Amino acid sequence: MAHFDEKAKPFSHQWLNERLAIDTVKKVMSSEYWIPKDINFLWAMGMILAATFGLLVISGIFLLMYYQPDTAKAFDSVNYTIMTEVGYGWLWRHIHGVGASLVFLIIYIHMFTGIYYGSYKRGREMIWLSGMLLFVLFSAEAFSGYMLPWGQMSYWAGMVITNLFGGFTPDLAGGALNFPGFVEWLRGDYVPAQAFLSRFFMLHVFLLPLAIIGVIVLHFATLRIPHVNNQEGAEIDFEESARLYKDGKKKESKVIPFSPVFLSKDVFVMGVYFILFFYLVFFHFDFAMDPVNFDPANGLKTPLHIYPEWYFLWSYEVLRPFSFNIGLVAFAFAQVAFFLLPFLDKSPVVAPASRRGLFHIWFWLMIIDMIVLSVMGKLPPEGAWNIIGFGAAVVFILLFVALPFITKNEKKA
Amino acid sequence: MNSRRDFMGMALGGFTALGGIGALYAMKRSWDPLPSVKSAGFTTIDLSGAVENVLNVEKWRGKPIFVLKLAADAPKSPRQITVGGSRYLVVIGLCTHLGCIPSFDIAADNKNKFKCACHGGEYDINAVETFGPPPRPLDIPPFKLSGTSLVLGEEGPEYKKMLASGLTLKV
Ligand code: HEM
Ligand code: FES
Repeated sequence: MAHFDEKAKPFSHQWLNERLAIDTVKKVMSSEYWIPKDINFLWAMGMILAATFGLLVISGIFLLMYYQPDTAKAFDSVNYTIMTEVGYGWLWRHIHGVGASLVFLIIYIHMFTGIYYGSYKRGREMIWLSGMLLFVLFSAEAFSGYMLPWGQMSYWAGMVITNLFGGFTPDLAGGALNFPGFVEWLRGDYVPAQAFLSRFFMLHVFLLPLAIIGVIVLHFATLRIPHVNNQEGAEIDFEESARLYKDGKKKESKVIPFSPVFLSKDVFVMGVYFILFFYLVFFHFDFAMDPVNFDPANGLKTPLHIYPEWYFLWSYEVLRPFSFNIGLVAFAFAQVAFFLLPFLDKSPVVAPASRRGLFHIWFWLMIIDMIVLSVMGKLPPEGAWNIIGFGAAVVFILLFVALPFITKNEKKA
Repeated sequence: MNSRRDFMGMALGGFTALGGIGALYAMKRSWDPLPSVKSAGFTTIDLSGAVENVLNVEKWRGKPIFVLKLAADAPKSPRQITVGGSRYLVVIGLCTHLGCIPSFDIAADNKNKFKCACHGGEYDINAVETFGPPPRPLDIPPFKLSGTSLVLGEEGPEYKKMLASGLTLKV
């Protein structure tokens, strides 16, 4: 049996250590979790995401105290009760709306940092895959949350997106891939109505946040053994560097401990971020609230022009310019394409894109293409916009098809 | 020893799998539309007051239903319903692409059409798709003629004929 010191004071350091091994836990999780020195502010995005998620949870809890998941009351409970009656209700709502929007901005920066430095391959595949899982879960979380105020955009986005699950047209493969009944099953009704609102409410405030918390833990766990990448993509001998650091040769060592050294840098970047965040919350919250959603849901009137929130525009535009069946395949592809990245990149080189020849071009083409798609997704589907949107959607797909070929013969940098 | 442990493992695994399947079935059933939702699916609409070329929007199962009395010189189509000597177009007003409500544009020479603003789909006067992503004409709701009225949700012989000849999908 383990040794317990009878004289240790309850809850003293020794007492806790004998029961919970807190010294070991602290070493493994922070003071001897080594982070390379050669990184920049882009490596702070992960902790910024965690902090923003924390703000979404806290603001969500306060919204939840007055929100009513009832099709007759939901709109007023948000736009009247929370916004005008509840003391500081507007604050929680604006934090929640701005947070939901900025969390996607930071997710995209975080993702493209990973792509730029090649942090998704050579031992880091699980980090990438768990990260993509978080992206999908956050997308579902944002979509389900968007249903809750039960405005016109909530209703019609709910109608259009659930219809995507009806499968292909009945003339394809003898109708084997057509399942209109599935859409009604998802909704619990012929159209989005009470059953729909209640179940999306359940998903938004319980099941999805729970899954997100679980996958955040998984994401952190996948980082522990391969460690984070660095600006050069250099392979670091962590044991050697850790020894140097612990021997006091901090200059010679290539690493710093996660806590308190790296975390203090994180906190600085977070400080800058939160200045921007609260500037938006107090003075520019309107960018995160669509004016059309300030009309209550009406099943007999579609808004003139419907479009998703900015962070879904690029994938929506991959769907829009095609005929029904092709659009569905293209859209499904866009949702999962980034999962495939570690397997489509055939080059063993881990280095910044700027030193990877063709991949460097691929990287910037991808960013430009996604921006073009996002802009076209917001414009009405007419004339030249249709053609540009179609071109950009085709380029998006071709970029993924081309990736294995352009990385296959990449020379070692 | 080993085989006894294996047996226990398989027995436990088998019962757990059975329980799991049962639980999944219960969960699936809980997501089903309620019987009250299913049975609220009948609506009667009176056509006698309709005016030519004016689109009336009724509601059935929460969905908008377009009712359009056609002008005497409008082109004929098997998708039209004849009641008391007049021809009507009765369709579900949800775009067959992803379900937005198309708008009705009145134009000269019976060139009236339905336009969907969501992804640019267009339909002609008989609600047959002519442009954009919609894969099929606007669906015709199940109907039964009764005097100058239509009962939506019930399948009358006229509707069954349309279904059989592939003019609409079953909704
Ligand atoms: C446990 C965490 C969360 C809880 C308890 C929660 C709760 C709520 C509630 C009650 C509403 C309705 C009130 C309103 O519309 O302002 C709401 C709306 C919303 N939520 Fe959340 N939420 C959580 C996390 C998230 C996350 C992580 C995201 C996105 C990444 C998100 C995105 C949204 C969006 C887009 C809306 C609509 C906001 C609006 O139209 O003002 N939520 N949430
Ligand atoms: S929903 Fe009408 S064109 Fe897409």
